Amino acid sequence: MKDRTKYFSYPYIVWMTIFIILPSFLVLLYSITSKESNGITTINFTLENYKLFFDPMYINILFDSMTLAAISTLICLILGYPAAYIISTSNISKRNTLLFLCILPMWMNMLLRTYAWMTILGNNGLINNFLEMIGFQKVNLLYTRGATVMGMVYNFIPFMILPIYTALSKMDIGLIEAADDLGADKKTIFRKIILPLSMPGVISGIIMVFMPAVSTFIIPQLLGGNKNMMIGNLIEKLFILNGDWNFGSAISIIMMIIILISMSIMNKFDVDKEGGARLW
Amino acid sequence: MVKKYLSRIYMAIIFIFLYSPIIVLAIYSFNESKSRGNWTGFSFKWYLELFQDRDIKMALYYTVSIALISAIISTILGTAAAIGINSMKGKIKSIILNINYLPVVNPDIVTGIALMILYISLNIKLGFNTMLISHIIFNTPYVILSILPKLRQLDTHMTEAAMDLGATPMYALRKVIIPEIKPGIITGFLMAFTLSIDDFIISYFTKGEGVTNLSIVIYSMARRGVRPTINALSTIMLTVVLLLMIIVNNRSNAIEKSK
Repeated sequence: MKDRTKYFSYPYIVWMTIFIILPSFLVLLYSITSKESNGITTINFTLENYKLFFDPMYINILFDSMTLAAISTLICLILGYPAAYIISTSNISKRNTLLFLCILPMWMNMLLRTYAWMTILGNNGLINNFLEMIGFQKVNLLYTRGATVMGMVYNFIPFMILPIYTALSKMDIGLIEAADDLGADKKTIFRKIILPLSMPGVISGIIMVFMPAVSTFIIPQLLGGNKNMMIGNLIEKLFILNGDWNFGSAISIIMMIIILISMSIMNKFDVDKEGGARLW
Repeated sequence: MVKKYLSRIYMAIIFIFLYSPIIVLAIYSFNESKSRGNWTGFSFKWYLELFQDRDIKMALYYTVSIALISAIISTILGTAAAIGINSMKGKIKSIILNINYLPVVNPDIVTGIALMILYISLNIKLGFNTMLISHIIFNTPYVILSILPKLRQLDTHMTEAAMDLGATPMYALRKVIIPEIKPGIITGFLMAFTLSIDDFIISYFTKGEGVTNLSIVIYSMARRGVRPTINALSTIMLTVVLLLMIIVNNRSNAIEKSK
């Protein structure tokens, strides 16, 4: 029986080969060939595309995207951890409602939610109208780096709250009670028990926020204006506007490598391999 | 006691942050004026106009049909694949699982451009089909990942018992395995549907002439100002989701109670 059900996966293996392996291979191929090569006959292998990336301009864009993504991830962690903790310590019926309220916004189109922030932050937006009403000067909020960071925090914070909540809710309450009985104060209990046990959730939260944040191109475009370009904007521009597939592919490969490296670093911290609150 | 109030206030602030843009959108869908920012009066104008807006109606049609078709196909493909992968062993299994994981870990933008390169290299015309295929590609790994844990929990003795009692492998699959992993299949389907409805980046790179989805329409409007009809549409969609969730929640509560 077991041997025969193996064949069930064969259609998907064929599918994967065509639609997952082949495209990845094509991206790699474009990244190591020059623009002049057309067709199989005159293919020119080169590392020029990768070298071009080490131009200070592009390195700055990469550095900038990673900084913005890291700041957003940190803010998500600082805001999300207490929220996850509060949810996990409330009683069951309330807990489900709170979780539901965290997930519900994700059911609304992400672009639309981001666009709504333009209405709030804009020069004639709600905040500025309010400031004017109470006699203050207008503040430039939209099209700033702060707006980009806020947009990322807004869009990705549920991805931080949910895994931390999962890790915290699996925690054995007995451990905390035991520590309390043995005379540990609240700070020690948090530092020595709650925090280490919730680490797997924190790690998956960091990965799940950092990854989409570093590669997004919608949020910086809508909320950050064109002023600060992120790596995602650069890739989009190269493919859609400039049609420079070779350089675009090289940057995509670099971004993939960065994400794989940061994921494996994060996984190193994750001591508990099995019981943690992984994505799956 | 103070702590309780503090945590209540904290959660309230988090939810105000999460819901303020949604509430703003919903309120402005009833605004008479087209411009966002100033309120000129209450009206249902945009809800009525929604039924005449061809662009939005077409986009809604494409979004829902692609989400539905891709979710169904990925569920079938993914269920079969998960059953197959589960009975594999060793290196091949881990290689397949890792490849399957690729669209999940890869940033959407990389998946998007990779597929765009593939279609153009193979001379496939960009349009409805490419968008549908792309959605199946990024949905299926999630379906597989939600079914595999259920298969691992499955008691192999049950299928063996069924076959000892004379069931053919196919019959055992239909009557034993599928019912047991049904929760995983349903989760996978719902996840696929949601991911597809909400997708922008992959659709953006694999769309063709005249075929758009709601996200792309919103994106192209965002710079010039989104038509309030979109606000109206999303208010309706969110209300529908909210009602569905409440109904599902009440039903499962009722089932729990009757047990």
